[in-house]
Amino acid sequence: MTDYDVVVVGAGPAGSIAAKTAAEKGLDVLLIEKRQEIGVPVRCAEGVSREGLEKFVNPDSKWIASEIENAEIISPSNHKVVLSAENAGNEVGYVLERKIFDRHLARLASKAGADVLTKTSAVSFKRENGTVKLGIRSMGEFSEITAKIVIGADGVESRVAKWAGIDTTLKLNEIESCVQYLMTNIDFDDDTTYFWVGRKYAPGGYIWLFPKGKDAANVGIGVMPSLAEKSAKWYLDRFIEEHFPDGEIVEVVVGGVPVKGAIDTAVADNVMLAGDAARHTDPITGGGIINAMSAGHHAAIAAYEAIEANDYSKEFLRKYDEKWKLDFGESLVRNKKLQEKMMRLDDPTLDRLAESLEGMPIEEMSVRRLAFELFKKHPRLLWDLREFIV
Amino acid sequence: MKKLIVNRYRCGYCGACVAVCKFNANELVETYLEIYEDKCTLCQACVRTCPMNALEVVE
Ligand SMILES: Cc1cc2nc3c(=O)[nH]c(=O)nc-3n(C[C@H](O)[C@H](O)[C@H](O)COP(=O)(O)OP(=O)(O)OC[C@H]3O[C@@H](n4cnc5c(N)ncnc54)[C@H](O)[C@@H]3O)c2cc1C
Ligand code: SF4
Ligand code: SF4
Repeated sequence: MTDYDVVVVGAGPAGSIAAKTAAEKGLDVLLIEKRQEIGVPVRCAEGVSREGLEKFVNPDSKWIASEIENAEIISPSNHKVVLSAENAGNEVGYVLERKIFDRHLARLASKAGADVLTKTSAVSFKRENGTVKLGIRSMGEFSEITAKIVIGADGVESRVAKWAGIDTTLKLNEIESCVQYLMTNIDFDDDTTYFWVGRKYAPGGYIWLFPKGKDAANVGIGVMPSLAEKSAKWYLDRFIEEHFPDGEIVEVVVGGVPVKGAIDTAVADNVMLAGDAARHTDPITGGGIINAMSAGHHAAIAAYEAIEANDYSKEFLRKYDEKWKLDFGESLVRNKKLQEKMMRLDDPTLDRLAESLEGMPIEEMSVRRLAFELFKKHPRLLWDLREFIV
Repeated sequence: MKKLIVNRYRCGYCGACVAVCKFNANELVETYLEIYEDKCTLCQACVRTCPMNALEVVE
């Protein structure tokens, strides 16, 4: 007898959806979170697509801070390209209040029947008789619990991956180093997200502004450590001095975003990784919430099937690898390649591209149209990117 | 002897440094970064990754 069918480590979007789905399937589930408050401190810019979110939860005004219509991309010399939210990719639509959103998801898991423990860390891992003995430290007390399956949803710093023997260590060109300020006293359109691109602003990344209501916005940066000479905070502070000298900072958010692209496998005997732990974040945008929720869902279904079949082997759990790869794995592979190419564009090239597209009507600015314009203006570049524009 | 230190007043407890450490030489315990000196090779991958410039190798 094991204590639980499934223990989920980490109560972010991946973990809570995994626990909720597994509990709904009738499994005995424990969800543990090392922090004392779920969702705090936030490590996110909080943008999600409407469609992606609505697959999993009904939007609730309690945790939606803004609705977004447009995305504006700004080149180093200030040329602006405007896209509608639907055409801009995965991370525009809603800006969430993750402190509330993450708790809401954990509550859904608990309502579905999962046990939830906060201020509880997974601290050790041992396989024994075909199951796992997981050491947990809960409010300072150490104990061991047994589980048939462990879902590692423990985010960017995942230790479950390492314990299970899945090497997910990120190289310096596989992570975005991020800082963000929640700012007031700044000017912006509250239905628009803004992206400043180019090495001048953020080597290997970009600067974003995501509105949170009318009078505050998340202003943040991601830089790639392999290209950046200073810390992310240094670049962001310089930008803010130039662009928003009168802005006030009312909150600081710090984080690392995995931009590794798809890993070969997110499973080992008794273990599945989901979300940032499995490096499921989009390498171009850095968006990971929706993929994390999808992965959590797929992992829980695979856990249910494994328990039905009484087989928790790596071979059986590969079903889960197939599921997430079919869902969003291809886009991780593709966007990693595209990101590597984009990284090579210098600022003058970005400026020329943006200049050639500036002022185009929003409704006509789709990815296809972008490709067409690029082809006209920069045939060599298009050749380089041909496999991505179909 | 050289060692890696964290400026706890600057650290934003984000775990980025843990994600790039090949040697399991650091761990984010809730909002507290532990560095395990016996495992640390001083490779400085974490130093370069830290968004807050909170890590430093000192004599
Ligand atoms: C600055 C920044 C901006 C971002 N902006 C966006 C955005 O706009 N849109 C978007 O979609 N994505 C964004 N992301 C990415 C997004 O935040 C992540 O992809 C998402 O949170 C991943 O969810 P997760 O459930 O996998 O992990 P997390 O949300 O990181 O949750 C992991 C949880 O596991 C817990 N944990 C870790 N180890 C243990 C342990 N040993 N025991 C118990 N608990 C443990 C952690 O405390 C944490 O609560 C951003 C990230 C950063 C850093
Ligand atoms: S210096 Fe290298 S080995 Fe030491 S904690 Fe940092 S990344 Fe790990
Ligand atoms: S990367 Fe820097 S800010 Fe983040 S936990 Fe490590 S030392 Fe702290």
